[in-house]
Amino acid sequence: MQLTLRVWRQPSPQVKGKMANYHLTDVSEDMSFLEMLDVLNEQLILDGEDPIAFDHDCREGICGSCGLMINGIAHGPEQTTTCQLHMRSFSDGDTIDIEPWRSGGFPVVKDLVVDRSAFDRIISAGGFISAPTGTAPDAHATPVPKVDADAAFDAATCIGCGACVAACPNGSAMLFTAAKVTHLGLLPQGQPERDSRVVRMIAQQDAEDFGGCTNIGECSAVCPKGISMETISRLNHDLLGALRAGAVPAS
Amino acid sequence: MLVATVTTQQAGQSAGANPGPKRDPKTGRFGSSVFKKAVMAVTGIIMILFLIAHMIGNLHVFQGAASFNDYSEWLRQVGEPALPPRTLLTVIEIVLLVSVLAHGWAAVSLWRQAKRARPIAYQTKKRVQQSYASRTMRWGGVIVGLFIIYHLLDLTFGVANIDGPDATPYDRLIASMSNPVVVFFYVLSLLALGFHLRHGVWSATQTLGQSNKRRERAVNVFATAFAVVLIGGYLVIPFVVLTGIVA
Repeated sequence: MQLTLRVWRQPSPQVKGKMANYHLTDVSEDMSFLEMLDVLNEQLILDGEDPIAFDHDCREGICGSCGLMINGIAHGPEQTTTCQLHMRSFSDGDTIDIEPWRSGGFPVVKDLVVDRSAFDRIISAGGFISAPTGTAPDAHATPVPKVDADAAFDAATCIGCGACVAACPNGSAMLFTAAKVTHLGLLPQGQPERDSRVVRMIAQQDAEDFGGCTNIGECSAVCPKGISMETISRLNHDLLGALRAGAVPAS
Repeated sequence: MLVATVTTQQAGQSAGANPGPKRDPKTGRFGSSVFKKAVMAVTGIIMILFLIAHMIGNLHVFQGAASFNDYSEWLRQVGEPALPPRTLLTVIEIVLLVSVLAHGWAAVSLWRQAKRARPIAYQTKKRVQQSYASRTMRWGGVIVGLFIIYHLLDLTFGVANIDGPDATPYDRLIASMSNPVVVFFYVLSLLALGFHLRHGVWSATQTLGQSNKRRERAVNVFATAFAVVLIGGYLVIPFVVLTGIVA
């Protein structure tokens, strides 16, 4: 297939970026989207041009590294990660717009690469449990109701790719933060820090220049892992509970 | 249990691309975006309760001028002589004024936060999930706010009314509702309010943490049905006045 690509090129954070046009021929529909970009980059290198920078790692849909705005939809037309998107989802002669995630919390590093360390800082604000070191406890030492275990696991499938932020009209990271709060808050091991966790993670999220949630649902619709809007309701419930309990963020 | 994927080489906050100082995480518990949303949800519910009472009160118009004016007068005399005149109305007015101001303050604050959250717009952005109602919440809210100001000047204070402040409530209502231009903007504003409520009811349920996967569909169906019934109840009045069923 033949494709016209319009790709965001930005050499560095300080320089203003713009869309650049590329024509690509002989694209196989069995290629993944990232392989198609690899082919383009090989061509650019042969032509002596700067290859397009984009994040990728496992290419199996589990690491959360890759993430591109493809034709205005986070991760493109299929609800999956960019690496798991294949060119058969496009047609011969298509023009494809490729942009980085756009968010105050995700500054562009180069071309399509954004700095997502804001997510790491939200995690370090409260996305953990405190556990004593030593021998691992017996798996059945702390019983977890099956329903809770399932819901916690669903939330834990979040790979932190940032598509929720990219898709949100408010640039909010709520689905990400909510997935973490839900994942830990549903398990017995997460209870001691449950109140301070939600207060601190939301404070960090707001401080990272992410927007507020207006429950539109764009995030969940593009989430490669299908994290549900229910997690956001759970986060809100936990935060209001923490405020009522007068939770002081633990330091 | 720590789930962190370090995605870039740069440690800490990357320089340059993000002008302006980062705000320190607010340790205050009541400055968070979620708290502001909760303020919006609670004040929204208060205003919805008023809207329900107001809509039902309006239906007195079908019982004729005397009943409508008596209802208006009754609102001013509730509790007399144990309570001073206008006690109920004054309480409602204060609660509503505080609600409107808090709702607006939180909305503006979150609107500004959302602007900061996407400093550079997408060249191409497609809608996947958002509805007309959710997309128009902010400007729809502004339209409803402007309408409320006009509505008060028209029917409460009467200064913007053709029959003027000295006419009875019923006469003022008929004067406005038989003017096609006024009715046109009234209908538009009420439709904006309907969309605002359709998303607002769902959003408030989420914000107060009362939604889940099982309830999601029911909450959305209820939100739509509620908005349709409430706005229908309001719009029936200009309809019957314009068509001459009530004169």
